[in-house]
Amino acid sequence: MGFGLAALTKISSSQVIDKMGLRKPFEKAVTTSVKHGFRAAGTASRGFTPGKKLDKPARLAPAKDTGLFDLEPTDEQQMIVETVRDFAAEQLRPAAYDADAKLETPDGLLSRAAELGIGAFGIPEELGGFGTERSVTTNVLVAEALAHGDMGLAVAVLAPSAVSTALAQWGDADQQATYLPEFAGENVPAAALALSEQTALFDPFKLATTAKRTPNGYQLDGVKALVPRASAAELFLVSANLEGRGPALFIVESSTSGVSTEADPAMGLRGAATGKLHLNKVNVGAGALLGSDKPEMFAEVVRLSRLGWCALAAGTGKAVLDYVVPYVNERVAFGEPISHRQGVAFMVSDIAIELESVRLLTLKAAARAEQGKPYAREVALARKLATDKGMWIGNAGVQLLGGHGFTKEHPVERWYRDLRAVGVMEGAVLA
Amino acid sequence: MINLEVPVKAKPLINQAYQAASQVFRPISRKYDRAEHAYPKELDTFAALVDGLNESGEGGAGASGVRRDENGGDGGGNVNGANLRTVLGTIEMCWGDVALLLSMPRQGLGNAAIASVANDEQLERFKGTWSAMAITEPEFGSDSAAVSTTAELDGDEYVLNGEKIFVTAGERADSVVVWATLDKSVGRAAIKSFVVEKSRPGITVERLEHKLGIKASDTAVIRLDNCRVPKENLLGSPEIDTKKGFAGVMETFDNTRPLVAAMAVGLARAALEETARILSEAGISVDYDKPANTQHAAAATYLQLEADYEAAHMLTLAAAWMADNRKPNSVEASMSKAKAGRSVVDITLKCVELCGALGYSEDSLLEKWSRDSKILDIFEGTQQIQQLIIARRLLGKSSSELK
Repeated sequence: MGFGLAALTKISSSQVIDKMGLRKPFEKAVTTSVKHGFRAAGTASRGFTPGKKLDKPARLAPAKDTGLFDLEPTDEQQMIVETVRDFAAEQLRPAAYDADAKLETPDGLLSRAAELGIGAFGIPEELGGFGTERSVTTNVLVAEALAHGDMGLAVAVLAPSAVSTALAQWGDADQQATYLPEFAGENVPAAALALSEQTALFDPFKLATTAKRTPNGYQLDGVKALVPRASAAELFLVSANLEGRGPALFIVESSTSGVSTEADPAMGLRGAATGKLHLNKVNVGAGALLGSDKPEMFAEVVRLSRLGWCALAAGTGKAVLDYVVPYVNERVAFGEPISHRQGVAFMVSDIAIELESVRLLTLKAAARAEQGKPYAREVALARKLATDKGMWIGNAGVQLLGGHGFTKEHPVERWYRDLRAVGVMEGAVLA
Repeated sequence: MINLEVPVKAKPLINQAYQAASQVFRPISRKYDRAEHAYPKELDTFAALVDGLNESGEGGAGASGVRRDENGGDGGGNVNGANLRTVLGTIEMCWGDVALLLSMPRQGLGNAAIASVANDEQLERFKGTWSAMAITEPEFGSDSAAVSTTAELDGDEYVLNGEKIFVTAGERADSVVVWATLDKSVGRAAIKSFVVEKSRPGITVERLEHKLGIKASDTAVIRLDNCRVPKENLLGSPEIDTKKGFAGVMETFDNTRPLVAAMAVGLARAALEETARILSEAGISVDYDKPANTQHAAAATYLQLEADYEAAHMLTLAAAWMADNRKPNSVEASMSKAKAGRSVVDITLKCVELCGALGYSEDSLLEKWSRDSKILDIFEGTQQIQQLIIARRLLGKSSSELK
């Protein structure tokens, strides 16, 4: 990752950030918002054309295993996290309120994120990124830092890298050559990993969306739910039940005939402008199937996506903790700060304990994943805790502010809504 | 490089401790639960073996492991040292039986106190002692600043007077680390700890408690009646330093709280493993990829319990790792204790519920484990005391503000 380190050293110096305009006050978004219920054809995608094809697909090497217990991120990770944390504080947090109200990701945010190189770590050097080894831990740390700013906008920022990370990890040489250079460039396409469907007790391994074999490839039918920035996305990775095989992932360009999107506003994640993706007799070529020779791939995508949500929960949970500490110290009732009461103080302790728990389980799973060790169990446990305790933290955040927490004067009500997503969402992000 | 796996080099130690837990502790676990106050003589030979391991530096099941190694962590690199080894060993041993670990000769909490705060001379002099810890008195529990046992300097000796309760291994140990005040009017700064050999006149065991669980471990009431100890038996500094106050004696707790958390982690794992086995015989298994809500309710419950177990486990290793790397870990030590303490009670009780009449019956150890677990949410600072410690630190509050 020497290249990435060098790039970041430059970026993290304030001059460069200033030059990029990252410190400029955020300008209000002006794009027209998508009205609920209005279905539009998929956005026109750029012409994705194969670039220079490698002899074999580029793969990131597994991270090394030191054999030692260690909670210290590498110097490089530390620097990346500090940069992303600043970015989240300066670009995401101030924009979160409007993005939530308008159901849209502000203009320019994604290009600034791309300039920062978020997403390029997961793309191998040979294809224009700066990845040399698998960086699930780095991805987790980045998602956590972004979600400290805002979960919805973090999802919007991370959505394209979910697609590029999957292509880097499981794409064949043709798929990589066609799509990855675009993701490593300056004008990163909006893209989304679409796994969810609107079904009670949804199981990502049991899909209603179908893929039938055709003489030239596959025909897809179904509806995907809660797809980040669906209406803007140029490229989708869609899960569908492939007849005779089971759940599989397909690369679908937005301009393909039969693709349409519809706004799907939800309780939270509104800054990510979630939408439904309709697939009506969508014909894709034989090359659209991802990881056709890797049976483990689909489960890995589901696991790494869940891990991404754990990281987001940790980031938003930390935002809650950082917000309630000064609040309960300043808020006075019965003649003294409410933090002098055990009923209040113990809730703060429990937020800290459960937050650290979620964080450690997430990091444990991430380290195992990037080292190529089995990690299904660790992801399941991290997700269970992130779902239950993450929501509890969101709940406690509102409760500690009382009636004020219920109003939009404070961000805790938004975090409450966002944290409910953690146990619901499948797809959208990838650690 | 972030990695939360048990260190590879600790595997032999873990394996040894596991063998001991499964071959020494488990076979006699029920026997001494029934025979409360009977001395588990099987432990004597085993304790000698542990002494040997500790001598060779390969220890991990012992109380001495909590001493902060002066040479540790100075190289700037990542240290996986004695603190981590000790919690890893403790986890395995408590997978076997918590009460029997608490009854291990020469591995008392007093030994941990000696290891934490004794000077080199004392460390040498008290080598080989089996030392219990006596803090609690009839009139106070968590409020350890309220110590009313007195220590008066008379020539070269301190004269101790008072009554101590809840002294683990108080009857079996050959010495007791006693907390006493040099001057009650000064408050916590005057509280010091003294090693009192049981052979001295004036120290007597009054009675043993009958308890909910950990019955193999004796819990004694100890009376000190004009008991004289040489002044060199005072651990730490004899000065009453009101600025430093309690710090000396409290240091022990930063090191022992992760140990109690480790006990909870080991016990929780035992209960989860046994429950998984019983559930699988009933045709229920956990699928880690399938959403919890689409699985059998027992499997979904199990996942939730296992997640809490894993959290307690990781918080415990993290707190020990911080001690190894000489990072302040007071908050993390309390987090591990709070999370592990409440989780082990939830887990063991729920495991009994999941296993029904089999779990509730003495035919299985599950009912015993859910009686044993409760003490782990109480001793070395209750759940609520840990919450206070964490909250005061996070909120920047003193003990007079956040009471």
